[in-house]
Amino acid sequence: MCGIVGLFAKSAAVEARLGGHVSAMLVQLSDRGPDSAGMALYRDPVPEGSCKLTLYSPDPNEDWAAVAGALAESLGPTDEPQVRATHACLVVEAEASEAVAWVGHVMPRLRVMSAGRSLELYKEVGRPEAFVEQFSLEDVEGSHALGHTRMATESRVTTEASHPFSTGLDLCLVHNGSLSNHNRLRRRLRREGIPFQTDNDTEVAAGYLVWRLREGATLEQALQGCLEDLDGFYTFAVGTADGFAVLRDPIACKPAVLAETDDWVAMASEYRAIAVLPGADEARVWEPSPGVVYAWERVAA
Amino acid sequence: MSVTAAVETVDLSVTSLRELNQRLHDAGRDDRGPRHWRVLHPNGAHALACGLDAEVEVELEGHVGYYCAGMNERATVRVRGNAGTGVAENMMSGLVVVDGSASQSAGATAHGGLLVVKGDVSARCGISLKGADVVVHGSIGHMGAFMAQSGRLVVCGDAGEALGDSIYEARLYVAGEVASLGADCVEKEIGAEHLEELQQLLERAEVEGVDATSFRRYGSARQLYSFRIDNAY
Repeated sequence: MCGIVGLFAKSAAVEARLGGHVSAMLVQLSDRGPDSAGMALYRDPVPEGSCKLTLYSPDPNEDWAAVAGALAESLGPTDEPQVRATHACLVVEAEASEAVAWVGHVMPRLRVMSAGRSLELYKEVGRPEAFVEQFSLEDVEGSHALGHTRMATESRVTTEASHPFSTGLDLCLVHNGSLSNHNRLRRRLRREGIPFQTDNDTEVAAGYLVWRLREGATLEQALQGCLEDLDGFYTFAVGTADGFAVLRDPIACKPAVLAETDDWVAMASEYRAIAVLPGADEARVWEPSPGVVYAWERVAA
Repeated sequence: MSVTAAVETVDLSVTSLRELNQRLHDAGRDDRGPRHWRVLHPNGAHALACGLDAEVEVELEGHVGYYCAGMNERATVRVRGNAGTGVAENMMSGLVVVDGSASQSAGATAHGGLLVVKGDVSARCGISLKGADVVVHGSIGHMGAFMAQSGRLVVCGDAGEALGDSIYEARLYVAGEVASLGADCVEKEIGAEHLEELQQLLERAEVEGVDATSFRRYGSARQLYSFRIDNAY
């Protein structure tokens, strides 16, 4: 099972209510994935030279102000942390790679859930309804977002093994399905210098995309590569700083529905998650063809 | 005495899905309930109008989720939108009409009745068909009529890869292109009796502007393991 959702705002009104819309979509897919839930939001890009980190602490009493203070002392001016449940989003005047390395060395108890200039990534075990409430995502604005509700198959129910997965800057992936060649591919990617934090299959797919992009592929080419190199079944939704893309494996056991209006583009495992969006009745609704990459990108103004 | 046929309207934004299905089942049980139902705001809910066994007509005003009109007997179910996975799955008799498109496994294992989809159908349309008729105004995806045993599948548009893989005795008619035929599926001649049944199916499914003579027929070459008498138990 598992449920995935994605929403790309085409109007200011949808941008202003992005978190609320995606929360409502996630709750609709609660029965597809009651084990854990997550959301990746693209919003408030920070200026060049700064980076945005989403960090997770297994300690519910984590002193995030102290973390921000230590970052500021070692790397550069750091904004006040925006805390959401077990996660905190920090903006630091430093290169993202530098900040990620610092967290790994100095505060290994923390997990870097995302790094980049606009991506924020929150995920936790428990039902989607509880997740949405704990993380107060209802009122968050943003340009686009992906979400996931998980029914675990390939690895344990933990915060780290929840989706979305981000293994590259401003890049994230949600997955409905399971991969069977992930162990071999993980070894190959580790040799290429791609780091992994879990034994989860989806993280390998996210790492694969990072590797292909690093080698010069476009997002579309990297996704085309999945059709050759990944064995298993999947519907993927991939988020980047500019938009998102959707791919289903050629056998297409896993569902996906796409819909578009003048105000938004949405994808979901099932239509009922799209039905909660404004104007869904009038949307153009279709099922993406197997093995075809669908992508939406924000055009620079 | 003439009675104006009343339409019983149920709004799923107010009434629960379980209550709707229960009321539809009760209507069939004593044959005295409303004959004509109209359901508002289906919003992609699963198992709508499932397991009906009565001569009722149910109109669903919007997109529906999985297994709509599954196991249908005698009822007429009209979907004024798209349908999710497994519409009319295991239908026994009656009529199911989808005005929009349907997702995968439409009409799977259906034994009888007629399923009409006015848009397209994705993968595995009519998988393991057991005697029902399926008419698609548009095109179908890959592995249509996989292991279909009997019944007829009519596709006015194109068919995706591996049409009729491991097919038994179902008859397949396709007007457009077939991307590829599955194992043991071959093109067959169209005789007068085929044209006649095709013409009837097109009429019943309200297909217009497509000539019965433009179709090609496909079926089993009967060469797979199970067709060899030496392999019989």
